[in-house]
Amino acid sequence: MSRRARLWMFAPALAGMVALLIWGLTGLPDFGHYRGPYGKVLAKVAVPERKATNVVASTTFDYRGFDTLGEEMILFSAALGLVVLLRELRGEEEEDEEADDDEEGIEGREERTSDALRIFGLGLVGPTVVLGIYIVSHGALTPGGGFQGGLVLVTALLVVYLAGRYAAMRRVSPIPMLEVGEAGGATAFALIGLGGLVIAGIYMKNFIDPGTPKTLLSGGVIPLLNISVGLEVAGAFALAFTEFLDQTLLLRGSGGDES
Amino acid sequence: MIEAVQIAALLVVAAGGTAVVLVRDPLRQAVVLSFYGLVLGVLFFAFQAPDVSLSQITVGSVGVPLMLLLTIAKVRKRERERE
Amino acid sequence: MSFLPYAVAAWLFGVGLYGVVTSRNLIHLVVCLTVVQSSTYVLLLAIGYVGAGKAPIFADIPQGTTVVDPVVQALTLTDVVVEAAVVALLLALVMQAHKRFGTLDPDELGVMRA
Repeated sequence: MSRRARLWMFAPALAGMVALLIWGLTGLPDFGHYRGPYGKVLAKVAVPERKATNVVASTTFDYRGFDTLGEEMILFSAALGLVVLLRELRGEEEEDEEADDDEEGIEGREERTSDALRIFGLGLVGPTVVLGIYIVSHGALTPGGGFQGGLVLVTALLVVYLAGRYAAMRRVSPIPMLEVGEAGGATAFALIGLGGLVIAGIYMKNFIDPGTPKTLLSGGVIPLLNISVGLEVAGAFALAFTEFLDQTLLLRGSGGDES
Repeated sequence: MIEAVQIAALLVVAAGGTAVVLVRDPLRQAVVLSFYGLVLGVLFFAFQAPDVSLSQITVGSVGVPLMLLLTIAKVRKRERERE
Repeated sequence: MSFLPYAVAAWLFGVGLYGVVTSRNLIHLVVCLTVVQSSTYVLLLAIGYVGAGKAPIFADIPQGTTVVDPVVQALTLTDVVVEAAVVALLLALVMQAHKRFGTLDPDELGVMRA
């Protein structure tokens, strides 16, 4: 049907849906009067039981670890789908471009960035990596964890690209290493859960001794899960960025820039 | 019950979301989306959720706008080739 | 006034959906989808908020202080990262669609060829 007809049908439907939504939302408890017992029980019980002071991390990786496994698999499938989609595109593009009379290689296309930018970037990469590792490893103690720390690690990679050249970024993080990191993270997560099954009889049960709170090794299996999640998130997003950058830059290569 | 900071953050988030939708050009939308990600992070922080705020700031201000920019670059490159 | 968080969530949902339906550019459509996603985050966190509660990190506050609900935060934080990966996948699809049909207009897909 035509666009106009579609929009005319959409307006009352949207109004009805938002009205229904608002009516449903008025049935919720007032803002600030959270009723449900699960959260209150967890807040009371999480630190004595698991000795991890970050209750959100305990919930994500221990009490609701199974849900996080599902999310990990979504992340993995999304990265997989992205790689499959863009690989086919690139192969075809290289075929098309060979017919073109193009002489610029990858070297000629990129301008050299200024020295100030490169020094600044160089100075920034180290602390960013350290910050990422810090956030990942202290996930059980302070706000942070695998998801956030993995993204900060990807930012370090992007600084290499922004302050330098694309070839430098590719040399630091070749695609096979990213793929292995990402798949390894996802597998490690599932296998640690399996360890819970083997050792303690329940899948994803926390089977390592919790330790004392506020130390780096507290929380039992939570730091390990944090590391595996950090690996996977960093690998998935770095892979996504590399594939996207490939699309925009490597189009003209006949054979590409395999440094 | 609801604090002034939360009210202010909520109103800015509503305005930001509307702005993201009303800006039609994808390139400008990437910048507005980056700002919206930051504002959303501040809102989550006002709701006493520092973990979520951390995730949102890194993803919403850096991750998604960067991928948007790369998609736009690729699409424009292909359109330029076509001419 | 205490209905404001829920109202903002519903507003974001409606505005994002309006953007998706009336979009003329596939990339704009994907970004409006991001706005719809963010409405669910706001709703989840608003549900779990406890009045005058603190963040559920017991590293520096004594055990037993009122904290906000940690379960919804766990859900939202994994959700934020995973949805970004899904958006990346959608953008790859947009690139593929542009290559195939030569246009980014959702109404014209399937009509023009590259």
